[in-house]
Amino acid sequence: MSTRRYLFSKIAQAFLTLAFVLAFNFFLFRGLGDPVSLLLHGHSSLTPNAIADLKQQLGLDLPLPQQFVHYVNETLHGNLGYSYDGTPVSTVIATKAWPTLLLIGLSTIASIIIGIWIGIKQGWKRGSGFDQGMLGVTLVLYSMPEFWFGLLMIMIFAVTFQIFPTGGMTTPGADYTGVKHVTDVLNHMALPFFVLTVAYLAEYSIIMRSSLLETLGEDFIMTARSKGMLENRVLYKHAVPNALLPTMTVTILSLGFVISGAITIEIIFSWPGLGLETYNAILNKDYSTLEGLFLLFSASVIVANLVADLLYSYLDPRVRAA
Amino acid sequence: MSLLSVKDLHVTYRTQAGAVPAVRGVGIELSRGEVLGLAGESGCGKSTIAGAILRLLPKGTDVTGQVMLDNQNVLELKPGRLRAVRWTEASIVFQGAMHALNPVQRIGDQIAEPIVLHGQAGEREALVRAGSLLEQVGLPARRLKDYPHELSGGQRQRVMIAMALACNPRLIIADEPTTALDVMVQAQVLRLLKELQRELGLAMIFITHDLSVLVETCDRLAVMYAGRVIEEGPADVVFRQPAHPYTRALSAAFPEIGDARFRMRPSGLPGDPPYPADLPTGCTFHPRCPQVFAPCSHVDPPLFDVSPERRAACLLFDGAPATVNAAGGTVAKEDQPPAEEQR
Amino acid sequence: MKPTIERPAPAPEPEPLGPLPIPKSAKAIARTRRKEAALRTWRQYRKSKMGMAGLGILVFFVLVAIFAPLLASRCELSPTCASGPILSPPSWQYPLGTDDLGRSVLALTIWGSRISIIVGLAATLITVVIGTSFGLVAGYYGGWRESGLMRITDWFLVIPFLPLAIVLSVILEPSLTTVILVIGITSWASTARVVRAQVLSLKTRTYVERARALGASHWHLMSRHILPNVGPLIFANTVLIVAVAILSETTLSFLNLGPDPTTNISWGTILEFAFGGGAAFSNNWWWIVPPGVAVVLVVLAFTMIGYALDEILNPKLRAR
Repeated sequence: MSTRRYLFSKIAQAFLTLAFVLAFNFFLFRGLGDPVSLLLHGHSSLTPNAIADLKQQLGLDLPLPQQFVHYVNETLHGNLGYSYDGTPVSTVIATKAWPTLLLIGLSTIASIIIGIWIGIKQGWKRGSGFDQGMLGVTLVLYSMPEFWFGLLMIMIFAVTFQIFPTGGMTTPGADYTGVKHVTDVLNHMALPFFVLTVAYLAEYSIIMRSSLLETLGEDFIMTARSKGMLENRVLYKHAVPNALLPTMTVTILSLGFVISGAITIEIIFSWPGLGLETYNAILNKDYSTLEGLFLLFSASVIVANLVADLLYSYLDPRVRAA
Repeated sequence: MSLLSVKDLHVTYRTQAGAVPAVRGVGIELSRGEVLGLAGESGCGKSTIAGAILRLLPKGTDVTGQVMLDNQNVLELKPGRLRAVRWTEASIVFQGAMHALNPVQRIGDQIAEPIVLHGQAGEREALVRAGSLLEQVGLPARRLKDYPHELSGGQRQRVMIAMALACNPRLIIADEPTTALDVMVQAQVLRLLKELQRELGLAMIFITHDLSVLVETCDRLAVMYAGRVIEEGPADVVFRQPAHPYTRALSAAFPEIGDARFRMRPSGLPGDPPYPADLPTGCTFHPRCPQVFAPCSHVDPPLFDVSPERRAACLLFDGAPATVNAAGGTVAKEDQPPAEEQR
Repeated sequence: MKPTIERPAPAPEPEPLGPLPIPKSAKAIARTRRKEAALRTWRQYRKSKMGMAGLGILVFFVLVAIFAPLLASRCELSPTCASGPILSPPSWQYPLGTDDLGRSVLALTIWGSRISIIVGLAATLITVVIGTSFGLVAGYYGGWRESGLMRITDWFLVIPFLPLAIVLSVILEPSLTTVILVIGITSWASTARVVRAQVLSLKTRTYVERARALGASHWHLMSRHILPNVGPLIFANTVLIVAVAILSETTLSFLNLGPDPTTNISWGTILEFAFGGGAAFSNNWWWIVPPGVAVVLVVLAFTMIGYALDEILNPKLRAR
């Protein structure tokens, strides 16, 4: 199929998946009971009339299928309902999105780059001290709950040695601007960034290592060597570009786990992002917000997968022209 | 004038199961413009020799002996000099071009790469040369932009050949260049190789298990078994009047239409080639030899002249030098072979 | 005149055999074959240092879990019985210190092994059953069944684990069963994929075609021919799933989405207590380190066993 058809089918698939998420969200939360009682959840200071009015406002007196259409319509317009304290969920998300994007974005990039670099070194010098050592290290990192690792780091670096703050995104009380603000944020971000990067680089290094090992067994590597090029060129011009392709596909699949890590890390570092918001929503039984956040998380992963898929198809000529 | 002179080459792989001797004392002499065919079943060591000549075997492999390529011993070259020699003095046409070409690099770049690498031309010039090489092998120059998966098997093999010619080597080692191809395409590729060899005066080592192919293209033929050359001589003589029983069986396995011999005699050999790590005593072929007799199981014959220009490693022939077996004995008079059957 | 052709003398009649051994039933033969295969696998497994180390660690923790009542009184877990000083670092009386209710962290960690391991195993059971069924049916039947099932599988693969688990946990009543169900439901997708791939490769093997030609029913083919050959791969995969399940349970308990913490304490629950009690900020390391180390060791054990098994049982790796 041509490139255009390929792109189109991938995008269509992404939309379909998103649609399923919407439907899933809707029916799951409706299963709990209607949104009003969920919203009020104990704070029933409204009269039955007011409740009925609210229900009509939210379109809850309509039959279910119509409610679904209403729901989809509302969602597409950015109306995700109201949090338990009355603020629109969309506002909540808008204010808390940036800190998460900053932390997760930077740490994922760092994780991928460092992890791939380690994987290449390991695969190229298979069996060396570095390789064996890193295998052991990554095995242990894999087995560690990332938030436990975070707690250890807090105890060591923030409490015992007091190098970094114990939490938050900015120093409370101080009202920095400009460069001072940036350094303040960076200072607060250092530990959670470190924890997230280290916790997930094991995934990427292991994938890259095995992908490179497989590629090095291919015939064209011998062809390259016999042409008389330096070993470095064999590695970086021939082996790595081929080994990176399957690495990318598997990397795509692991993006979902990064979000899971984001939630727990934001909690322990009190990082004011969407993850911490999720935790608060759980504690407050704020179902509307949870619904909205779930939608957002799923949509992000779906979009990220789509982008990565498209990038992959651009990079692998076999897929492009197939 | 000798272009390639391999003397007493021994190659031992180091594997988890122990040392595996793949090549056990092979000698090859090749002059400019000469075509040598190297035949044998899988595992006899012929592909290993191809790798050994340019020192491409995996790290840790034990390679001893001499490989004189234009008066330099390849096995003793410093890495920089070795890299310079690769592709410019000798190049390899690999088999199964499916995986021998980089899937994510355009074929034009792959052909031009060694040209630029060895400083023979700049990038643009190299691509132009790559284009003319493609035409030389019968492909249009516009295919420079294609990726390997866009070509058929036969076309890829041609690309491999074009690539091998890129730096004007004097020796080309063709390692099973036609094995993975259909018969029709095989014939085309063989024809191409013959033409190019004649036009450019290349020396070639043609490695294959298909003896019939070699007769067409080679001047001389060497047959390998279990890591050693067991027969050697002019191509058509070796093929039509094989001396060693193994060569006889090998040539019998490829029937020729119209040749009455093949109708009468059963072809094929019982058993399998021996594991390199577990070779039989004496002559390594003796367990499968239809003409085995007493001394074969404890005397390992070297390669010696059985007639002018022909050498074989078989006790059936007179003239074996005082052969010394592993235990230090020699061939006794009463152990001489029975008179050869008349055909 | 043509020369007579000499024929070799006819071979003498072979001696009649004595009474033949009664052939075993097909089932008995299959059973012996499987036993031998298992023994062979075990012998190979023994050679793997990583595998044996993992097994050793696992056995240790399983024993701790089983003999928990002998190692620490159950009463220690409830705040009423706790008699130790609050938040005291390790001492002779309390080797791993105490928490903010005066409970021995050692006792907590010992008892925590039960829930952590049980939930891990039970959730994996669900994961494997669902995943294998999906993969088997999808791979075997192909067609619309395959597309449909794989669509669902891919959906579960794409959706991020924790948000989905959170949403499900919040909907359902918090309990032990809930946690097991939630983890089971969110983790089966990768197993389904692996199983399907293997089934697809087995479907084209000649012995399956032969059985089909003999008139075997779909069920027979699936259960007798395909499933036993997918079995080893599933087994290796399963062990790795347990590792992930234990990590998932730890995370869910940490988020207070696990079973009721007054009655069911897992290592994740201990960490939740610790965090809630500000242990990290007060540097109460003895409260945080032991449960975490326990999780790491058990997950490491399962991972090492899984890798060792994978080396032996994975047909792709074996073929090399």
